[in-house]
Amino acid sequence: MPPRDSVRVRTETRMAADGKVHGGGSGGPASRRPGGPVRAVTAFARTIWRHLTSMRTALILLFLLALASLPGALLPQWDLNTSKTAQYIADHPTLGPLLDRLGFFGVFASPWYSAIYLLLFISLVGCLTPRTFEFIGQWRAKPVSTPRNLARLPHHATVTVDEPPDAAAERIRRALRHKGFGGWRVAVRPERDGVVTVSAERGYLREVGNLVFHFSVLGLLIAVAVGSLFGFAGSVIVTSGGGFCSATPIAYDNFRPGRLVDGTDMAPFCVTVNGFHADYNDDGMAKSFLADVQIQSGAALGSDRWQRTELQVNNPLRIAGQRLYLLGHGYSPTFTVRYPDGQVRDYDAPFQPQDSMFTSQGVIKITDPPGYTGSAVRQHQLAIVGIFAPSGVLNGGVLTSGFPDLLAPAVAVEVYRGDLGMEGGRSQSVFAIDTDQVSLGLLKSQGRANLTPGESMTLSDGTVITFTGAKPWVSLQTSYDPAQGWALVFAILLVAGLLTSLTIKRRRVWYRIRPAASGAGSPGSEPGARPAGGDRTLSPGSADAVRTGAGSVVEIGGLARTDQAGYGAEFSALVAIAGSQDAQAADGRAAGASSADPAEAVAVTMPDGGPDKAKGE
Amino acid sequence: MSVAIQENLSQLSDLAVEGAMAGYLVALVCHAVESATRRAPREPATAAGTLTAAAASSGAAGGVGVLTRPAYGPGAPVAGGSRRVPMGERFGRAAVAVTLVGFACHVLALVARGFAAHRPPWGNMYEFTLMITGAAVAAWLVVLWRTRARAMGVYVMMPITVLVFLAGTVLYTQAAPLLPVLNSYWLVIHVAAVSLTSGVLMLSGVASAVYLVRDRRERRVAAGLIDPDETPTRLPSLDKLDRIAYRSAIAAFPFYTFAIIAGALWAEVSWGSYWSWDPKETVALVTWIIYAGYLHARATAGWRGRPAAWISVVGLASIIFNLFFVNMVISGLHSYAGLN
Repeated sequence: MPPRDSVRVRTETRMAADGKVHGGGSGGPASRRPGGPVRAVTAFARTIWRHLTSMRTALILLFLLALASLPGALLPQWDLNTSKTAQYIADHPTLGPLLDRLGFFGVFASPWYSAIYLLLFISLVGCLTPRTFEFIGQWRAKPVSTPRNLARLPHHATVTVDEPPDAAAERIRRALRHKGFGGWRVAVRPERDGVVTVSAERGYLREVGNLVFHFSVLGLLIAVAVGSLFGFAGSVIVTSGGGFCSATPIAYDNFRPGRLVDGTDMAPFCVTVNGFHADYNDDGMAKSFLADVQIQSGAALGSDRWQRTELQVNNPLRIAGQRLYLLGHGYSPTFTVRYPDGQVRDYDAPFQPQDSMFTSQGVIKITDPPGYTGSAVRQHQLAIVGIFAPSGVLNGGVLTSGFPDLLAPAVAVEVYRGDLGMEGGRSQSVFAIDTDQVSLGLLKSQGRANLTPGESMTLSDGTVITFTGAKPWVSLQTSYDPAQGWALVFAILLVAGLLTSLTIKRRRVWYRIRPAASGAGSPGSEPGARPAGGDRTLSPGSADAVRTGAGSVVEIGGLARTDQAGYGAEFSALVAIAGSQDAQAADGRAAGASSADPAEAVAVTMPDGGPDKAKGE
Repeated sequence: MSVAIQENLSQLSDLAVEGAMAGYLVALVCHAVESATRRAPREPATAAGTLTAAAASSGAAGGVGVLTRPAYGPGAPVAGGSRRVPMGERFGRAAVAVTLVGFACHVLALVARGFAAHRPPWGNMYEFTLMITGAAVAAWLVVLWRTRARAMGVYVMMPITVLVFLAGTVLYTQAAPLLPVLNSYWLVIHVAAVSLTSGVLMLSGVASAVYLVRDRRERRVAAGLIDPDETPTRLPSLDKLDRIAYRSAIAAFPFYTFAIIAGALWAEVSWGSYWSWDPKETVALVTWIIYAGYLHARATAGWRGRPAAWISVVGLASIIFNLFFVNMVISGLHSYAGLN
């Protein structure tokens, strides 16, 4: 953005939807002011504030926010996909680490994103505060007095009526106030020489909607921030028959705390997964998933009282202020291992689905084989690595699954013995062994086999590994966000405010009613008797007094304060009220009124701007 | 409940899409012919032509006001009493008629698809693209009905035709039931709202693009590079284009906002958090911010006119980017496109 001069800045438009220009400051440029350094500092601060709260700055910040969000969509993010992010950095050895240091893989938690977010927040506050006060002032004030020259307004018309100004003004006032005509606020003011004006304005709710919208944006920003500071999410894989207790972050495979969450303050609950059911179409496409669970929370914790329920996709359980989700599922193949010393043990571990038919990959790590002690344990750890298929099909010796349901389970495994490298402090994937241990020769292959349930393979030392079948596992997630309800409230208000501010039209209309040519010649009749500048209600007596002097000329001017089109038709209706004598006829007072159809008397003049060209936009 | 796909309905839907595609293509060609023949009817049209140009170049709304409307239109050469409708005019009318036929086919395609698969017809990217383009055509028909902006038809029908064509070829997927994760009433609300509002916003963006085209022309006229009498334009006036863009944007924006919020509500029950910074969510937010910026810019001195139109065009780009690039290149939680 090119810098503008200071005059330009001071007349910068504030965030006014109606495009009204607010003078931003009162004095001249700061440098010319007399006074000490304090004064200079405050002047400088005021200039900064003025810049920050100007519409231009707000717009630039808004677009910066949009621009800054884009890397969050285009680059892999640590929060969303750790392995993909690590892969990306590995693939881009020069750019990757640099981007990582600059926070491009964690955009929405990066300092620069927060900076834009905060500046926008301050800019909004700085803009909304004065506008709110200004609006309150407007709300209290009467509709502005009638401009001198109505003919210069975008909408303009002249009508003659057969009644004196006072009566016409009262009739127009009533018509405008009438329910169903749009809720106009009306002020009737007398002018000199028997002239009466009616000013009316409507559409105040537009500004209310506008303010509600912007304050809701603020509220939403706060709610999102609170959620990310105090919320958490934890995910865990549970094999059918197992369970977990959410009391500390350790209970989860993956725990993502908010900035101010240390995990000591979690509302505890326990879950046991009794079973999992999936229905599939003939082509293997899933129709429904359902986990059969039992849960325990609050006072029931530690007792044997469990609440049985079902957990479904798209339908989380809400427990102790937290939500429990069913996010995914898969299979854990089960094996029985008979060790050389005769001990028999059962093992299972979740395998990771690789395709829509649940061909899955994984490993069963046996870190504490029986019969060994001390350092010998680490030389005899076992790993059963391979592929599991719920409905196994062999294609050229390669095992894949032909259907996602557990119809004909099969595994293709390779067994390793040696040191799994679990004590090194490095975190390992639960779905793979550390291949470095293999290349270092610390972990050696003991053979491969394709097995169906009941089949086994025997290792050189006499260990027998039998494939016994598979159990389903489910991936569960616990989420907690204390500000979520507030976010919803603000979101609803935001839409409501937006709809209000975009549909309600702000309109102004003025009527100046003069006694008709003959009537204008009797200046002494009324004005002096009226309280100057106040609202008037007309007494029938005074109306009758003037009525003797024939009719009046009504000049009408309209201004659409928003650029919503369609004021043309509405203005015609506003002209029609001035010309309509029906109300009077009902009162039985306007004898000669029916002779002239007021609509015919209407001389509508529209300047070049056309009906929709509002001056103020 | 039977989830069998009704083959004959599904085939009817496919046929109707072809009908829509053909209709839009013919409409595009007719609009193009109309634009190309703008100079052809020399003698009788000169009066009408300069009249339009004068009304338009004044930049005032007078050109579109109720009062001046009769001066521009099919009856322009009335003075001569000639009954001959100029060729461009005939093609223009034909374009609108064919667009209507195409739109009827389009609606039929979606309805038949929905009945064939026993679900709302917006469950994969093919159907989603049909929804967006359908909404854009509907919005365009409303614009045609309310304003005389037919001359921008070639610009409107071009992206629509391309998108419908892409849908019918590259994105096409057989009618099928939904994935369990999509099987929610939120699908009806969120996806319908997103697709319909995206279509209307798309029209708004196109109107702004045409605004920029027209604006460039106006500036070249002002610079003396183009003689407006020599090469008159049928494009709507800047003021009218701006109004079409703005009004479609404000008609769609609150519902687009609602669509994002409905998506957040669905994510809250489906993904574990109401906002996950999923790529599609992020780009939807970016789009929202761009349109919020557009609405503000349009009410701000110094940003009206060309800058605002550029912002609107960027918003259009963002919608297209979100629809295609994010669905097809970036994988995220919104991976339901049915393309893998």
